[in-house]
Parts: sequence; structure tokens; C-alpha cells
Amino acid sequence: MLHLTTGRVGCLLSKQAVVALTGSGARMSSHGHHEVSDSVDMSQPMYWDRLDTPLPDRPWKDVLDSTDKSLKQKEKGPWTALSKEEKIALYRLKFNHTYPEMKRPSHEWKTVIGGMFIFFGITGLVVFWQGHYVYPPQPHTFGEEWQAKQIQRMLDMRINPIEGFSAQWDYKNKQWK
Amino acid sequence: MFRAVVRLSTSGVRSLARIRPCYSAPLASRCCSHAKVETDEEFDARWVTYFSKPDIDAWELKEGMNTLIGYDLVPEPKILDSALRACRRLNDLASAIRILEAVKDKSGPHKDIYPYLIQELQPTLIELGISTPEDLGMDKL
Repeated sequence: MLHLTTGRVGCLLSKQAVVALTGSGARMSSHGHHEVSDSVDMSQPMYWDRLDTPLPDRPWKDVLDSTDKSLKQKEKGPWTALSKEEKIALYRLKFNHTYPEMKRPSHEWKTVIGGMFIFFGITGLVVFWQGHYVYPPQPHTFGEEWQAKQIQRMLDMRINPIEGFSAQWDYKNKQWK
Repeated sequence: MFRAVVRLSTSGVRSLARIRPCYSAPLASRCCSHAKVETDEEFDARWVTYFSKPDIDAWELKEGMNTLIGYDLVPEPKILDSALRACRRLNDLASAIRILEAVKDKSGPHKDIYPYLIQELQPTLIELGISTPEDLGMDKL
């Protein structure tokens, strides 16, 4: 027996099919077999809802009750004799989702963005706590007085006098240009 | 979105052309490969013949339809007509409706292709008693 967990199914098929399989195929709501776990029996024909593969290997409902069976019998006759409800019922016997249902938008993006912001928030808290409890005190060279003396020294040394630092200082008027 | 809809390159509703791998002139001297290029008519004829098989079975219908939908084109009405008749021989209305849904999806952003197909298939749909997804209200969520 070939059993495939739904996790591994994800690697083989597109995300759409995985959703379809996990939603329907794996649980096999109307299938005769008794599926205990979430694994899919890969040795049996599978059902899928895929936009690019319209006809799956098996119909959605395998196990037909008597009303279904009589409807299937009626299907063998002229289809003009079928009512709209019967045609819809026949479709739903064979297929789970219609194309619009397959293409329906999900609310997954809200979960994704929300989760993103939660993690940003947690990271922010970690960074803040770190800044408070982990970082050592700042070196003394960062102080206001020291910085002022440092800048004055740099100007005295004429650091980058042509295009850079000292070029911005107006030596005549003793101010920045 | 993770839709796997294939982008379509149609040059108009009537022509329903598809990407050609090479020049159409068979005597073009700078062809990409030396394989014989199948014309649109040959392609259509091949598929019409495929679905016209009198004793076609469910597997062949399924296989043919899935392959056809896998191509980068919307099938011509005559191919779809042949496929719908195959569904009739197999007493499979659901698949017939599914085929109509599939070709509507294949048209992608070109919203004028599907109404054209339905218009062309109308005699067949009436004859066989196939309702479109719109008739059954299945084109809405």
C-alpha cells in the first residue's frame, strides 16, 4: 500500500492541489475506504480540484445511494429530460468544487501580514530589552564635550580641506559654511 | 495568488492562434528545427478525430481533455464539439459542464473568447441538452 502523508503531498503538487487534497481528497468524505489518519493512499485513483487538469482520475462521490444511482440511470437517457437541479446534482456527484469555487479568494493574506507584524513586534521588544540590559555603557569619547574637542582638533588638523570636512568650515568667520 | 493559469497568446477571437515555434512557410531557410511544423488545421483535425472515436472510454476522454487543457491555447469549437459528443457517448453530463468551465478559465483575461465558443457550440448544446455553467448558476460563488 502506498501511503503518502499530506506533508509530502505538498512537495509533489501545487499549493492549490494540496489545499484541495487536504480539504477533500485526504479526508475522502464520500469515499468507501476508512481513512484513519491524514495520509492519502497513492495506489488508488485520486480526486483533485485543479484549474489546469479538469478531469480527475475518479469521481468525487464514489459511494452512491439509491437516489444517486437512479439519477445516474437517468443520465444515460436524453439530457434534455433532466431538470436544472438534476444536472447540478450530477455535477456535484462527480466534482467537489466548481471553477469559481476553486478560484475563490482566501483570507490567508491577513494571517500572513498579521504574523509578520507580530514577529516584528517581538523583535522590537527583544532589541529594546537588549539595548537596556545587554549593551555596555557608551565609550567616553561619545560625550558632548569630547565630541566638541574632537571636531575642533579635526579642523585644526585641516582634515579633508578640499572637498570634505574642513572644506565645510569657514575659517575666517569661525562657523560652518 | 497561486493560480496556475497559463498565459494565452491569441491574436483575436476568430483565429484562436497559438504560439508557433517556427515560421509558417515550410520552405523557410532559417527554421529553428528540421521537424515538420503541424499547421493549426492539422492540430484541430487530429483532436477532432481523437474525440470522435466511437468507442472512446472514460480514461481516453479524461487523458485527452487534460492534455488539451495543458496546451497554451483555447481549443477550437469543433474540438470541443467532438469532446462534448464523446461525453454524451459516455453518459457523462458532469464532465461536459466541466469542459465548458475549463475552457472559460483557459481564456484568462480574454473575456470575449468564451461567449464566442458558446455561440458556436449552441446547436450542439441544445441538441445534447447540455446546460452551460451560467444556466445552472454555477458560474457564481
